[in-house]
Amino acid sequence: MSLKLKALLKSPWVFHLSTGSCNNCDIEILDCLTPRFDLERFGMLLVGSIKHADVLLVTGSCNRMSVERLKELYKQVPQPCLVVAVGTCAASRGIFKDSYNCPVPLDKIIPVDVYIPGCPPKPEAMIAGVVKLIEKVGGAK
Amino acid sequence: MTFVYLVVFGFAATALLGLITSWIDRKVTARVQYRAGPPFLQPFYDIVKLLGKETLIPAGASKGAFLIAPVIGISGVIVVSTLFWVNQFFSEGFMGDWIVAMYLLTVPSLSLILGGFASGNPLASLGASREMKLVIAYELPFILVALVPVISAHSIRLGDIINVQAGGVFAGSISGILALIVAILCVQAKLALVPFDIPEAETEIVEGPIVEYSGPGLAMFKLMKNMLLFVLPFFLIILFFGGLRFDGINILWTVLEYLGIVAIITVIRNTNPRVRIDQAVRFFWGPMTLLAIVAVILALKGL
Repeated sequence: MSLKLKALLKSPWVFHLSTGSCNNCDIEILDCLTPRFDLERFGMLLVGSIKHADVLLVTGSCNRMSVERLKELYKQVPQPCLVVAVGTCAASRGIFKDSYNCPVPLDKIIPVDVYIPGCPPKPEAMIAGVVKLIEKVGGAK
Repeated sequence: MTFVYLVVFGFAATALLGLITSWIDRKVTARVQYRAGPPFLQPFYDIVKLLGKETLIPAGASKGAFLIAPVIGISGVIVVSTLFWVNQFFSEGFMGDWIVAMYLLTVPSLSLILGGFASGNPLASLGASREMKLVIAYELPFILVALVPVISAHSIRLGDIINVQAGGVFAGSISGILALIVAILCVQAKLALVPFDIPEAETEIVEGPIVEYSGPGLAMFKLMKNMLLFVLPFFLIILFFGGLRFDGINILWTVLEYLGIVAIITVIRNTNPRVRIDQAVRFFWGPMTLLAIVAVILALKGL
Protein backbone atom coordinates (compact mmCIF):
# COMPACT_ATOMS: atom_id res chain seq x y z
CA MET A 1 0.00 0.00 0.00
CA SER A 2 1.45 3.35 -0.96
CA LEU A 3 2.03 6.03 1.67
CA LYS A 4 -0.47 8.33 -0.01
CA LEU A 5 -3.26 5.76 0.14
CA LYS A 6 -2.37 4.74 3.67
CA ALA A 7 -2.51 8.36 4.83
CA LEU A 8 -5.86 8.80 3.06
CA LEU A 9 -7.33 5.79 4.86
CA LYS A 10 -5.89 6.90 8.19
CA SER A 11 -7.44 10.35 8.07
CA PRO A 12 -10.65 10.39 6.04
CA TRP A 13 -12.31 13.77 6.55
CA VAL A 14 -16.03 13.56 6.05
CA PHE A 15 -18.34 16.06 4.42
CA HIS A 16 -21.96 15.43 5.16
CA LEU A 17 -24.64 16.25 2.60
CA SER A 18 -28.36 15.79 3.07
CA THR A 19 -30.33 15.46 -0.16
CA GLY A 20 -33.77 15.79 1.34
CA SER A 21 -33.59 13.27 4.16
CA CYS A 22 -35.92 13.21 7.15
CA ASN A 23 -32.89 14.08 9.37
CA ASN A 24 -32.85 10.77 11.22
CA CYS A 25 -29.73 9.60 9.37
CA ASP A 26 -28.08 12.99 9.98
CA ILE A 27 -28.70 12.72 13.71
CA GLU A 28 -27.28 9.19 13.73
CA ILE A 29 -24.17 10.42 11.87
CA LEU A 30 -23.59 12.99 14.60
CA ASP A 31 -23.93 10.17 17.14
CA CYS A 32 -20.77 8.62 15.68
CA LEU A 33 -18.77 11.61 16.93
CA THR A 34 -20.05 11.41 20.51
CA PRO A 35 -17.95 9.95 23.36
CA ARG A 36 -19.66 6.57 23.08
CA PHE A 37 -18.47 5.86 19.53
CA ASP A 38 -15.79 8.55 18.93
CA LEU A 39 -14.81 8.20 15.28
CA GLU A 40 -11.85 10.55 15.82
CA ARG A 41 -10.05 7.39 17.01
CA PHE A 42 -9.76 6.53 13.31
CA GLY A 43 -8.81 10.08 12.35
CA MET A 44 -12.22 10.95 11.01
CA LEU A 45 -13.36 14.52 11.31
CA LEU A 46 -16.53 16.20 10.15
CA VAL A 47 -15.43 19.14 8.00
CA GLY A 48 -17.58 22.05 6.93
CA SER A 49 -16.11 22.71 3.49
CA ILE A 50 -16.28 20.32 0.55
CA LYS A 51 -12.74 21.40 -0.45
CA HIS A 52 -11.33 19.76 2.70
CA ALA A 53 -13.24 16.49 2.34
CA ASP A 54 -12.08 12.98 1.41
CA VAL A 55 -15.40 11.23 1.94
CA LEU A 56 -18.75 12.52 0.73
CA LEU A 57 -21.48 11.20 3.00
CA VAL A 58 -24.87 11.42 1.31
CA THR A 59 -28.18 10.94 3.10
CA GLY A 60 -31.71 11.32 1.75
CA SER A 61 -33.58 10.35 -1.36
CA CYS A 62 -32.01 12.77 -3.92
CA ASN A 63 -35.01 14.97 -4.71
CA ARG A 64 -35.10 17.19 -7.77
CA MET A 65 -33.91 20.35 -6.06
CA SER A 66 -30.96 18.84 -4.25
CA VAL A 67 -29.65 16.74 -7.14
CA GLU A 68 -28.32 19.90 -8.83
CA ARG A 69 -26.44 20.82 -5.64
CA LEU A 70 -25.16 17.26 -5.31
CA LYS A 71 -23.69 17.32 -8.84
CA GLU A 72 -22.18 20.77 -8.21
CA LEU A 73 -20.57 19.59 -4.96
CA TYR A 74 -19.26 16.38 -6.52
CA LYS A 75 -17.45 18.47 -9.14
CA GLN A 76 -15.74 20.47 -6.38
CA VAL A 77 -14.37 17.54 -4.35
CA PRO A 78 -10.59 17.31 -4.58
CA GLN A 79 -9.72 13.83 -5.87
CA PRO A 80 -9.25 11.14 -4.58
CA CYS A 81 -12.70 11.12 -3.01
CA LEU A 82 -15.00 8.33 -1.80
CA VAL A 83 -18.78 8.41 -1.67
CA VAL A 84 -20.85 6.73 1.03
CA ALA A 85 -24.64 6.40 0.85
CA VAL A 86 -26.12 6.39 4.36
CA GLY A 87 -29.63 5.11 4.94
CA THR A 88 -32.16 3.26 2.86
CA CYS A 89 -33.23 6.46 1.08
CA ALA A 90 -29.76 7.17 -0.26
CA ALA A 91 -29.15 3.51 -1.11
CA SER A 92 -32.37 2.79 -2.99
CA ARG A 93 -34.81 5.70 -2.39
CA GLY A 94 -36.71 3.51 0.11
CA ILE A 95 -40.39 4.37 0.45
CA PHE A 96 -39.95 7.25 -2.01
CA LYS A 97 -39.24 4.87 -4.88
CA ASP A 98 -42.39 5.84 -6.80
CA SER A 99 -42.36 9.50 -5.81
CA TYR A 100 -42.59 12.12 -8.57
CA ASN A 101 -39.92 14.07 -6.72
CA CYS A 102 -37.16 11.44 -6.62
CA PRO A 103 -36.71 10.30 -10.24
CA VAL A 104 -33.13 8.97 -10.09
CA PRO A 105 -31.38 6.99 -7.33
CA LEU A 106 -28.05 8.26 -6.00
CA ASP A 107 -25.84 5.63 -7.65
CA LYS A 108 -27.14 6.60 -11.09
CA ILE A 109 -25.97 10.18 -10.48
CA ILE A 110 -22.51 9.74 -8.94
CA PRO A 111 -20.43 6.58 -8.32
CA VAL A 112 -21.05 5.20 -4.81
CA ASP A 113 -18.40 3.18 -2.96
CA VAL A 114 -20.30 1.88 0.06
CA TYR A 115 -23.98 1.56 0.95
CA ILE A 116 -25.07 1.60 4.59
CA PRO A 117 -28.73 0.46 4.75
CA GLY A 118 -31.08 1.10 7.65
CA CYS A 119 -33.80 3.55 8.49
CA PRO A 120 -31.87 5.08 10.14
CA PRO A 121 -28.71 2.92 10.33
CA LYS A 122 -27.31 2.50 13.82
CA PRO A 123 -23.96 4.12 14.57
CA GLU A 124 -22.48 0.61 14.84
CA ALA A 125 -23.66 -0.10 11.30
CA MET A 126 -22.03 3.10 10.09
CA ILE A 127 -18.73 2.20 11.73
CA ALA A 128 -18.95 -1.27 10.15
CA GLY A 129 -19.62 0.38 6.79
CA VAL A 130 -16.62 2.66 7.18
CA VAL A 131 -14.42 -0.31 8.05
CA LYS A 132 -15.67 -2.07 4.90
CA LEU A 133 -14.86 1.04 2.89
CA ILE A 134 -11.32 1.15 4.26
CA GLU A 135 -10.86 -2.58 3.58
CA LYS A 136 -12.22 -2.23 0.05
CA VAL A 137 -10.03 0.70 -0.93
CA GLY A 138 -6.97 -0.55 0.93
CA GLY A 139 -7.35 -4.13 -0.32
CA ALA A 140 -7.86 -3.15 -3.95
CA LYS A 141 -4.39 -1.65 -4.14
CA MET B 1 25.45 26.54 8.60
CA THR B 2 22.53 28.52 7.24
CA PHE B 3 21.15 25.27 5.84
CA VAL B 4 21.34 23.60 9.24
CA TYR B 5 19.68 26.56 10.93
CA LEU B 6 16.86 26.95 8.42
CA VAL B 7 16.07 23.39 7.41
CA VAL B 8 17.06 21.23 10.38
CA PHE B 9 15.98 23.56 13.20
CA GLY B 10 13.71 26.11 11.55
CA PHE B 11 11.67 23.60 9.57
CA ALA B 12 12.21 19.97 10.59
CA ALA B 13 12.50 20.30 14.37
CA THR B 14 9.75 22.92 14.59
CA ALA B 15 7.38 20.93 12.38
CA LEU B 16 8.02 17.72 14.33
CA LEU B 17 7.49 19.36 17.71
CA GLY B 18 4.52 21.31 16.37
CA LEU B 19 2.80 18.17 15.10
CA ILE B 20 3.44 16.41 18.40
CA THR B 21 2.00 19.42 20.24
CA SER B 22 -1.05 19.37 18.03
CA TRP B 23 -1.54 15.69 18.92
CA ILE B 24 -1.29 16.59 22.62
CA ASP B 25 -3.87 19.30 22.05
CA ARG B 26 -6.28 16.96 20.30
CA LYS B 27 -5.76 14.17 22.81
CA VAL B 28 -6.35 16.46 25.81
CA THR B 29 -9.44 17.85 24.08
CA ALA B 30 -10.71 14.31 23.57
CA ARG B 31 -10.05 13.36 27.19
CA VAL B 32 -11.84 16.48 28.43
CA GLN B 33 -14.87 15.29 26.44
CA TYR B 34 -14.52 11.68 27.72
CA ARG B 35 -13.43 10.42 24.29
CA ALA B 36 -10.46 8.24 23.38
CA GLY B 37 -8.93 10.67 20.91
CA PRO B 38 -6.78 10.22 17.82
CA PRO B 39 -3.67 8.01 17.63
CA PHE B 40 -0.20 9.51 18.00
CA LEU B 41 0.62 9.65 14.29
CA GLN B 42 -2.69 11.33 13.37
CA PRO B 43 -1.30 14.85 12.63
CA PHE B 44 1.40 13.32 10.39
CA TYR B 45 -1.19 11.30 8.46
CA ASP B 46 -3.34 14.41 8.03
CA ILE B 47 -0.48 16.41 6.50
CA VAL B 48 0.70 13.56 4.23
CA LYS B 49 -2.85 12.93 3.07
CA LEU B 50 -3.44 16.59 2.26
CA LEU B 51 -0.18 16.75 0.30
CA GLY B 52 -1.46 13.93 -1.91
CA LYS B 53 -4.78 15.58 -2.73
CA GLU B 54 -5.78 17.65 -5.72
CA THR B 55 -5.36 21.45 -5.68
CA LEU B 56 -8.50 23.26 -6.78
CA ILE B 57 -8.48 26.94 -7.65
CA PRO B 58 -11.90 28.59 -7.38
CA ALA B 59 -13.21 30.35 -10.48
CA GLY B 60 -13.40 33.82 -8.92
CA ALA B 61 -10.03 33.64 -7.20
CA SER B 62 -6.97 35.73 -7.87
CA LYS B 63 -4.71 32.83 -8.75
CA GLY B 64 -1.25 34.10 -7.88
CA ALA B 65 -2.13 35.47 -4.45
CA PHE B 66 -4.23 32.39 -3.69
CA LEU B 67 -1.31 30.03 -4.36
CA ILE B 68 1.45 32.16 -2.80
CA ALA B 69 -0.35 32.90 0.50
CA PRO B 70 0.38 29.55 2.23
CA VAL B 71 4.03 29.75 1.12
CA ILE B 72 4.38 33.22 2.67
CA GLY B 73 2.79 32.03 5.89
CA ILE B 74 4.94 28.96 6.32
CA SER B 75 8.14 30.82 5.39
CA GLY B 76 7.35 33.41 8.06
CA VAL B 77 7.03 30.70 10.70
CA ILE B 78 10.21 28.95 9.53
CA VAL B 79 12.23 32.18 9.72
CA VAL B 80 10.93 33.19 13.12
CA SER B 81 11.50 29.74 14.61
CA THR B 82 15.01 29.75 13.13
CA LEU B 83 15.61 33.04 14.93
CA PHE B 84 14.53 31.48 18.25
CA TRP B 85 16.56 28.28 17.78
CA VAL B 86 19.66 30.26 16.81
CA ASN B 87 19.37 32.40 19.93
CA GLN B 88 18.70 29.32 22.00
CA PHE B 89 21.61 27.10 20.97
CA PHE B 90 24.16 29.12 19.04
CA SER B 91 23.99 32.60 20.68
CA GLU B 92 24.15 34.17 17.24
CA GLY B 93 21.35 36.70 17.54
CA PHE B 94 21.76 40.32 16.53
CA MET B 95 20.85 43.66 18.06
CA GLY B 96 17.09 44.14 17.81
CA ASP B 97 16.10 40.59 16.85
CA TRP B 98 13.20 40.95 19.32
CA ILE B 99 11.67 43.50 16.92
CA VAL B 100 12.19 41.18 13.95
CA ALA B 101 10.51 38.38 15.88
CA MET B 102 7.49 40.57 16.66
CA TYR B 103 7.18 41.46 12.98
CA LEU B 104 7.57 37.88 11.75
CA LEU B 105 5.01 36.53 14.21
CA THR B 106 2.30 38.54 12.41
CA VAL B 107 3.24 37.10 9.00
CA PRO B 108 1.06 33.95 9.43
CA SER B 109 -1.98 36.13 10.14
CA LEU B 110 -1.14 38.29 7.13
CA SER B 111 -0.90 35.20 4.92
CA LEU B 112 -4.31 34.04 6.14
CA ILE B 113 -5.78 37.46 5.34
CA LEU B 114 -4.15 37.43 1.89
CA GLY B 115 -5.33 33.90 1.13
CA GLY B 116 -8.82 34.60 2.41
CA PHE B 117 -9.34 37.70 0.31
CA ALA B 118 -7.73 36.10 -2.74
CA SER B 119 -10.01 33.06 -2.74
CA GLY B 120 -13.08 35.10 -3.67
CA ASN B 121 -15.41 33.30 -1.29
CA PRO B 122 -17.75 35.42 0.87
CA LEU B 123 -17.10 33.27 3.96
CA ALA B 124 -13.34 33.54 3.40
CA SER B 125 -13.58 37.33 3.03
CA LEU B 126 -15.60 37.49 6.23
CA GLY B 127 -13.00 35.38 8.02
CA ALA B 128 -10.14 37.46 6.65
CA SER B 129 -11.71 40.73 7.77
CA ARG B 130 -12.32 39.27 11.23
CA GLU B 131 -8.71 38.07 11.33
CA MET B 132 -7.60 41.62 10.52
CA LYS B 133 -9.64 43.07 13.40
CA LEU B 134 -8.32 40.40 15.75
CA VAL B 135 -4.71 41.19 14.81
CA ILE B 136 -5.34 44.87 15.55
CA ALA B 137 -6.90 43.87 18.87
CA TYR B 138 -4.22 41.56 20.30
CA GLU B 139 -1.05 43.14 18.91
CA LEU B 140 -1.12 46.11 21.34
CA PRO B 141 -1.17 44.12 24.61
CA PHE B 142 1.13 41.44 23.14
CA ILE B 143 3.84 43.96 22.23
CA LEU B 144 3.48 45.65 25.62
CA VAL B 145 3.94 42.41 27.57
CA ALA B 146 6.77 41.29 25.33
CA LEU B 147 8.46 44.57 26.33
CA VAL B 148 8.52 43.51 29.99
CA PRO B 149 11.45 41.05 29.61
CA VAL B 150 13.24 43.63 27.44
CA ILE B 151 12.95 46.20 30.25
CA SER B 152 13.98 43.70 32.91
CA ALA B 153 16.98 42.47 30.91
CA HIS B 154 18.00 46.00 29.75
CA SER B 155 18.57 44.56 26.28
CA ILE B 156 16.57 44.09 23.11
CA ARG B 157 18.50 40.95 22.07
CA LEU B 158 16.77 37.62 22.65
CA GLY B 159 20.13 36.05 23.50
CA ASP B 160 20.65 38.55 26.34
CA ILE B 161 17.10 37.97 27.59
CA ILE B 162 17.91 34.24 27.83
CA ASN B 163 21.31 34.78 29.48
CA VAL B 164 20.08 37.28 32.11
CA GLN B 165 17.49 34.74 33.26
CA ALA B 166 20.15 32.16 34.12
CA GLY B 167 20.16 33.84 37.58
CA GLY B 168 16.37 33.85 38.02
CA VAL B 169 13.48 33.72 35.61
CA PHE B 170 11.27 36.75 34.95
CA ALA B 171 8.15 34.66 35.65
CA GLY B 172 9.24 34.79 39.29
CA SER B 173 8.65 38.55 39.57
CA ILE B 174 5.29 40.32 39.90
CA SER B 175 5.61 42.08 36.55
CA GLY B 176 6.63 38.79 34.93
CA ILE B 177 3.58 36.92 36.24
CA LEU B 178 1.20 39.67 35.12
CA ALA B 179 2.86 39.79 31.72
CA LEU B 180 2.75 35.99 31.38
CA ILE B 181 -1.00 35.89 32.03
CA VAL B 182 -1.68 38.52 29.38
CA ALA B 183 0.78 36.88 26.99
CA ILE B 184 -0.93 33.47 27.24
CA LEU B 185 -4.30 35.04 26.40
CA CYS B 186 -2.73 36.89 23.45
CA VAL B 187 -1.17 33.63 22.26
CA GLN B 188 -4.62 32.08 22.42
CA ALA B 189 -5.83 34.76 20.01
CA LYS B 190 -2.71 34.50 17.84
CA LEU B 191 -3.36 30.76 17.44
CA ALA B 192 -7.04 31.52 16.73
CA LEU B 193 -8.24 29.00 19.30
CA VAL B 194 -11.50 29.17 21.26
CA PRO B 195 -12.58 31.66 22.73
CA PHE B 196 -10.82 33.75 20.08
CA ASP B 197 -11.38 31.51 17.05
CA ILE B 198 -13.63 34.20 15.58
CA PRO B 199 -11.82 34.33 12.20
CA GLU B 200 -12.24 30.63 11.51
CA ALA B 201 -15.33 29.76 13.53
CA GLU B 202 -15.90 26.26 12.15
CA THR B 203 -19.57 26.04 13.02
CA GLU B 204 -20.31 29.50 11.68
CA ILE B 205 -18.12 30.41 8.69
CA VAL B 206 -16.53 26.95 8.08
CA GLU B 207 -12.83 27.66 8.83
CA GLY B 208 -12.99 31.19 7.40
CA PRO B 209 -9.99 32.17 5.27
CA ILE B 210 -8.98 28.60 4.40
CA VAL B 211 -12.44 27.49 3.28
CA GLU B 212 -11.44 27.31 -0.41
CA TYR B 213 -8.04 25.67 0.09
CA SER B 214 -7.54 22.01 -0.75
CA GLY B 215 -4.59 19.66 -1.04
CA PRO B 216 -1.05 21.03 -0.56
CA GLY B 217 -2.25 24.59 0.13
CA LEU B 218 -4.43 23.39 2.99
CA ALA B 219 -1.59 21.13 4.19
CA MET B 220 0.72 24.17 4.37
CA PHE B 221 -1.81 26.20 6.35
CA LYS B 222 -2.40 23.29 8.74
CA LEU B 223 1.34 22.77 9.13
CA MET B 224 1.79 26.50 9.69
CA LYS B 225 -0.80 26.45 12.47
CA ASN B 226 0.76 23.37 14.05
CA MET B 227 4.22 24.96 13.92
CA LEU B 228 2.83 28.12 15.52
CA LEU B 229 1.43 25.92 18.26
CA PHE B 230 5.06 25.14 19.10
CA VAL B 231 6.69 28.47 18.22
CA LEU B 232 4.50 30.71 20.39
CA PRO B 233 4.89 28.71 23.64
CA PHE B 234 8.63 28.53 22.79
CA PHE B 235 8.67 32.35 22.50
CA LEU B 236 6.95 32.66 25.89
CA ILE B 237 9.51 30.27 27.41
CA ILE B 238 12.32 32.40 26.00
CA LEU B 239 10.76 35.62 27.28
CA PHE B 240 9.67 34.50 30.75
CA PHE B 241 11.44 31.24 31.62
CA GLY B 242 14.93 31.81 30.21
CA GLY B 243 14.63 29.54 27.18
CA LEU B 244 14.90 25.77 26.84
CA ARG B 245 17.61 24.38 29.11
CA PHE B 246 19.09 20.92 28.83
CA ASP B 247 21.56 20.79 31.72
CA GLY B 248 20.76 18.28 34.48
CA ILE B 249 17.42 18.69 36.26
CA ASN B 250 16.56 21.74 34.17
CA ILE B 251 15.51 19.48 31.30
CA LEU B 252 12.58 18.36 33.43
CA TRP B 253 11.61 21.98 34.20
CA THR B 254 11.78 22.87 30.51
CA VAL B 255 9.46 20.03 29.55
CA LEU B 256 7.09 20.90 32.41
CA GLU B 257 7.01 24.59 31.47
CA TYR B 258 6.30 23.76 27.84
CA LEU B 259 3.61 21.17 28.60
CA GLY B 260 2.13 23.50 31.20
CA ILE B 261 1.71 26.35 28.74
CA VAL B 262 0.25 23.98 26.12
CA ALA B 263 -2.11 22.46 28.72
CA ILE B 264 -3.32 25.91 29.83
CA ILE B 265 -3.98 26.90 26.21
CA THR B 266 -5.85 23.63 25.59
CA VAL B 267 -7.94 23.86 28.75
CA ILE B 268 -8.91 27.49 28.01
CA ARG B 269 -9.89 26.31 24.53
CA ASN B 270 -12.07 23.54 25.89
CA THR B 271 -13.89 25.39 28.63
CA ASN B 272 -14.95 28.58 26.89
CA PRO B 273 -17.52 29.59 24.30
CA ARG B 274 -16.58 31.71 21.30
CA VAL B 275 -16.83 35.47 21.81
CA ARG B 276 -17.93 38.00 19.21
CA ILE B 277 -15.32 40.12 17.45
CA ASP B 278 -16.40 43.34 19.22
CA GLN B 279 -16.17 41.56 22.58
CA ALA B 280 -12.67 40.34 21.70
CA VAL B 281 -11.51 43.83 20.72
CA ARG B 282 -12.99 45.31 23.91
CA PHE B 283 -11.34 42.56 25.98
CA PHE B 284 -7.88 43.12 24.51
CA TRP B 285 -7.96 46.91 24.40
CA GLY B 286 -9.57 47.18 27.84
CA PRO B 287 -8.50 44.89 30.70
CA MET B 288 -5.62 43.21 28.85
CA THR B 289 -3.95 46.47 27.80
CA LEU B 290 -4.42 47.88 31.32
CA LEU B 291 -2.79 44.78 32.86
CA ALA B 292 0.01 45.00 30.30
CA ILE B 293 0.63 48.68 31.13
CA VAL B 294 0.70 47.84 34.85
CA ALA B 295 3.23 45.07 34.12
CA VAL B 296 5.41 47.47 32.12
CA ILE B 297 5.32 50.10 34.89
CA LEU B 298 6.21 47.48 37.52
CA ALA B 299 9.06 46.27 35.31
CA LEU B 300 10.33 49.85 35.00
CA LYS B 301 10.25 50.11 38.83
CA GLY B 302 12.35 46.93 38.91
CA LEU B 303 9.73 44.68 40.53
